[in-house]
Amino acid sequence: MKIKTLVSAIALTGATLVAVPSWAADTIKVGVLHSLSGTMAISESALKDTVLMLIKEQNAKGGLLGKQIEPVVVDPASNWPLFAEKARELISKDKVDVIFGSWTSVSRKSVLPVLQELNGLMFYPVQFEGEESSKNIFYTGAAPNQQAIPAVNYLMNDLGVKRFVLAGTDYVYPRTTNKILEAYLQSKGVPAKDIMVNYTPFGQSDWQSIVSQIKKFGSQGIKTAVVSTINGDANVPFYKELANQGISSEDIPVVAFSVGEQELSGLDTKPLVGHLAAWNYFESVDTPENEKFIKAWKTFKKDPKAVTNDPMEATYIGFNMWVDAVKKAGTTDVDAVEKAMIGQKFPNLTGGMAVMNKNHYLSKPVLIGEIQDDGQFETVWETDSTVPGDSWSDYLPSSKNVIADWTSPINCGHYNTVTKKCSGEN
Amino acid sequence: MRHFIALCCCLFGLLSSQAYSAESSTSTSPSANQPPAELAPLMLELTKAKYSKLLPVLKKIEANSDESMLPLFRTMMNGNLYFIKTNKQLVQLIEDANQKTYQGIFSQQLVADLSKRDVSKIKVNNHLRSYLRNAIARIQLTSSSAEVRKNAVRELLSSLDEETVTTLERLYSSETNQTVKTEMGLALAINTARQASLPNSTRIAAIERLSGSLENTARNVLTQLTNQDNPAIKAAAEHALKKITQRVERFGFLNQLFFGLSLGSVLLLASIGLAITFGVMGVINMAHGEMIMLGAYTTYVVQLMMPNYIDYSIWVAIPAAFLVSGIVGVLIERLVIRHLHGRPLETLLATFGISLILQQLVRTIFSPLNRQVSTPSWMSGSWEINPVFSLTLNRLYILAFSLLVFFALVMVLKKTSLGLNVRAVSQNRNMAKAMGVKTNWIDAMTFGLGSGIAGIAGVALSQLTNVGPNLGQDYIINSFMVVVFGGVGNLLGTLVAAFSLGIATKFLEPMTGAVLSTILVLVFIILFIQKRPKGLFPQKGRAAE
Amino acid sequence: MSVITQYFSEGRTSGKHTMPFVIILLAVTAMACLSNLYLPADSALHVSTYSITLLGKYLCYAMLALAVDIIWGYCGILSLGHGAFFALGGYAMGMYLMRQIGDRGAYGNPDLPDFMVFLGWKELPWFWHGMDQFWFAMIMAVLIPGLLAFVFGWLAFRSRVTGVYLSIMTQALTYALLLAFFRNEMGFGGNNGLTDFKDIVGFSLQSDTTRVSLFAITALMLAVVFVISHNILSSRFGKVILAVRDSESRARFIGYRTDRYKIWLFVFSAVIAGIAGALYVPQVGIINPGEFSPINSIEMVIWVAVGGRGTLIGAVIGALLVNYAKTRFTAILPEAWLFALGGLFVLVTLYLPKGIVGLYTQLLEKRRTQSVKESEA
Repeated sequence: MKIKTLVSAIALTGATLVAVPSWAADTIKVGVLHSLSGTMAISESALKDTVLMLIKEQNAKGGLLGKQIEPVVVDPASNWPLFAEKARELISKDKVDVIFGSWTSVSRKSVLPVLQELNGLMFYPVQFEGEESSKNIFYTGAAPNQQAIPAVNYLMNDLGVKRFVLAGTDYVYPRTTNKILEAYLQSKGVPAKDIMVNYTPFGQSDWQSIVSQIKKFGSQGIKTAVVSTINGDANVPFYKELANQGISSEDIPVVAFSVGEQELSGLDTKPLVGHLAAWNYFESVDTPENEKFIKAWKTFKKDPKAVTNDPMEATYIGFNMWVDAVKKAGTTDVDAVEKAMIGQKFPNLTGGMAVMNKNHYLSKPVLIGEIQDDGQFETVWETDSTVPGDSWSDYLPSSKNVIADWTSPINCGHYNTVTKKCSGEN
Repeated sequence: MRHFIALCCCLFGLLSSQAYSAESSTSTSPSANQPPAELAPLMLELTKAKYSKLLPVLKKIEANSDESMLPLFRTMMNGNLYFIKTNKQLVQLIEDANQKTYQGIFSQQLVADLSKRDVSKIKVNNHLRSYLRNAIARIQLTSSSAEVRKNAVRELLSSLDEETVTTLERLYSSETNQTVKTEMGLALAINTARQASLPNSTRIAAIERLSGSLENTARNVLTQLTNQDNPAIKAAAEHALKKITQRVERFGFLNQLFFGLSLGSVLLLASIGLAITFGVMGVINMAHGEMIMLGAYTTYVVQLMMPNYIDYSIWVAIPAAFLVSGIVGVLIERLVIRHLHGRPLETLLATFGISLILQQLVRTIFSPLNRQVSTPSWMSGSWEINPVFSLTLNRLYILAFSLLVFFALVMVLKKTSLGLNVRAVSQNRNMAKAMGVKTNWIDAMTFGLGSGIAGIAGVALSQLTNVGPNLGQDYIINSFMVVVFGGVGNLLGTLVAAFSLGIATKFLEPMTGAVLSTILVLVFIILFIQKRPKGLFPQKGRAAE
Repeated sequence: MSVITQYFSEGRTSGKHTMPFVIILLAVTAMACLSNLYLPADSALHVSTYSITLLGKYLCYAMLALAVDIIWGYCGILSLGHGAFFALGGYAMGMYLMRQIGDRGAYGNPDLPDFMVFLGWKELPWFWHGMDQFWFAMIMAVLIPGLLAFVFGWLAFRSRVTGVYLSIMTQALTYALLLAFFRNEMGFGGNNGLTDFKDIVGFSLQSDTTRVSLFAITALMLAVVFVISHNILSSRFGKVILAVRDSESRARFIGYRTDRYKIWLFVFSAVIAGIAGALYVPQVGIINPGEFSPINSIEMVIWVAVGGRGTLIGAVIGALLVNYAKTRFTAILPEAWLFALGGLFVLVTLYLPKGIVGLYTQLLEKRRTQSVKESEA
């Protein structure tokens, strides 16, 4: 009797899996690989909607290459192995031409081997640690030199900061950023005793001891600032504790790389006023393009309070560049599009032109903003021109001489300029 | 539903900031109505200058003014200073329940018919804000209130420039209030101690004056002096510093103790409801964390409904959260747990399922984003006992609150008939039943009580951390640890366990870092339970089996 | 007493129960493999590599469910920390695969994995030594989970920590390990874990043949583990285990050292979980601390509960069904998945205490009595 159950169960499972997916050739398929459930849904679900909005707009303009674009949305559920599985599903089962997706570094690392194996194409829209360049990925978020280094320069030059607390959540993005910053600060003559590095686990909620340490560190008569790579959920209790222990932005300013408009919308921002963030985009920047984008977003979400943020702009640029590259190549073939992508230009929402470089990173402007009590940022500083993203940091000994260049003759994601050797498979 | 909440949210945002600005404006002394005529061109310049050019203008204003400029500086510091585009008049933004109004900065009179488009904001950044803070303090040095004067001196300690020192010297001799005079003396001593041009004896006297002071600036100046060549000064500074360091270390210890107690109080609040459902009833309620989450969301909803009375919202939220979580608890008991009586492991699974459903429910209703819960003004800030030892008010209140809840609960169990019945059922169900106790009803009530208390914990936690769908999960494992460590069925054990685990974690943290201290405490509990399977205070007698 | 004798007298016919399962499992596997390798991609019967990998993953979960069932269904020990053993096995395999990358990593360092180069480490930590040998890594994949289970079991069962206490302790164990593995200083890649694997014992992990072979090996291992488990549980040892489940104190009073039986069963179960983890990693391509999360461990329990605990076949069916539903649901209705999963927990515990297999037996039983009645009438 048990056997019968088993037979039917296996048959059922097998039958549904074996069924060959059928796909229509008259649409161009775009995969959307953002978590819609689990811990990352908070951040990622907005990006899914951004892609859907952009596809809708593009279709309204007549589609692409005379075909309509069809989104294929899957939910990797904030589960890293599932990202790889869903990427495989998108490429080999749904036959998508491009994927927009991923947020955390670990999810990107999980997808990467699949992309390489099946020669897929992905656009990654979030600020990250760099130290990677793959033929199959275009990185439209900020590299450390497009966020962290300008921010620290601002602290040193404009605010006269001489002591630094590098506080971050214990994972690869803060680790790399802080490593780069440590090296950079020391090269600028900041002694090691004036740099305090601290790592906390994800979702840290009890900040008493750490904030009191920061307070102690910052009360030695030398202007001190906190460079925060604290991730998501841990930020609310962190800022609350700062305010409660009487640390204001005038005493010890905090400049954050992971706090944007979306994160602020879940926060009582009064205690945060004056603290800083560095991004390539702020919703508050006043340009016609941005106004149009914000309006479209609010209409699409049917929510007048919906906010826009930096990863959304990165998605916007990435998507439009891909559309232009497909038009230029005349096909959605991954290799052709990859070649056509390099050198693509598209206007930023904050003014100026974003350019896709040979290392698959963008050139973008860098903005530093102060948090206002309405949850928006007020730009207090910006770069004069765009900054090209650096895939392999010049401040780390392991990647000092390394560049990425996906054009001939180098055609390599990890090329050592001294030994003239290409290593690694990415 | 979602739209309604979004709407409320938006309304609430407007209203809450109104409460804040209204408060700050009432504290402003409306002494003068008009700016002195000679300042008019400077005022005009304020409206024209860009960020970087504002500082010199402000300096000029400060140089030519008295207390009458306080409203201007304060409003500017709070980011509420605007000017009317047509006639360049400076106005202050007042955010009201459903509209924004503007009033003249000096006249304090409402300027009618101004919309957002007619005015422009005078922006401030950190630079300007810190200047304004000092400027306000400098102006306040001559305030009529001694308290204000004292705070002004302390504010200026960290930025003793020449200008400030001259002002202080001038005011020192005429100061009548003794406390203010002492503070001023300290400030002047700090200045004297670091003047290399002065004779040694004067400086050493000043250094001695600094010894024992806990002010940061004093300590920093002394530390600098210990690095100097002048042997006499160096020795004096080292001596003074030693005394200070001893005191600072003592207070540092107290500080850590407070951190530990505070963490303990959070653990106590989170686990005390579980101590009832698990400890007294023997039900493993994996949805306990979600009861806490419901309490936190109740706080959020209460604040949405009374946006003008954030300060009182907590008092409404506490009973509301108790009811919401309590009712959900009773429902869970009636619908699910009742049917699983005597099968603790199955209860564990079923309640885990319930916790998943509740999480997703909250996610669907309130969106996966964290919700904004404001802290009432009386809970913000800290109680500064001295410059190196201050207790944050929210944590202090929560500590007191947790103890209050604990003792209230003990009283309920000891002194009420419900408590008597609960204890009877937990000790011997069949006997209690035979004596006419309605065990079904008691079970539901006990579970409701435990869940309701978890809801109250949620109110407290909403003041410390994120209010989001995952709130409960962060506390569930720790709560179980506390109850098991303390001994199931023993409320006092839970109290002792919560505070000892809190303090242990916080004293380990500086040595090992936050993660390792948590791991070590977990491993300790695992080993401890192997040694004493029934926890710190095991239940004795027949009820134990 | 009667309970025990009853179990002793019950059938010892192991082959009769396991053979059909093994035959079906291996037949389906063989068919899937052959159709993937030899049928053209556009054939209606072709099984894509994507499906093969997915099936391989399900089978690993099935093995894991088997491990949970052995101690929960047969011995009444509810472990909420079996994810820990699974992940440890996975990490052992992950370390081996990591070492196989050699100088093909991003930094091209032949001696150190990428994340160590990045952390600025100069040499391999001691616990990574030997992990470049396949046989050594595989021994570790079963030894480490086994050892942890032994130490934990030795401490817990000897001091008679039972029931819910034990469940909570196992949960604390996996939670502590989760926190520990998140730390970058631990030397296991922190939050990112281990990924970007290239090949296994010389075969490229990206080729279809390797994937199909891994799937086939997983199926084979599942069959082997299934048969062994069945034999163990129907042996004398297994009867004592059942006695412990039904009344530990009685079994102890009869003279059995129940703690020893429990320890060894716990170790056996942990070893199976370790093997499942080791097979899981090369197929999904990543192992990270998320596998230690307590939620995962609880989910495993629900697979068993759904399938029917106390029957080995139930664990396998439960794991396959729930995971298949998960794959479908998260693709179609991501929001509804948690409602469905949560509802499943509640409904199964309330109305299906014996799971699907139990329900099936019940229905069959009913029909039989009915037909008997009819024939009598």
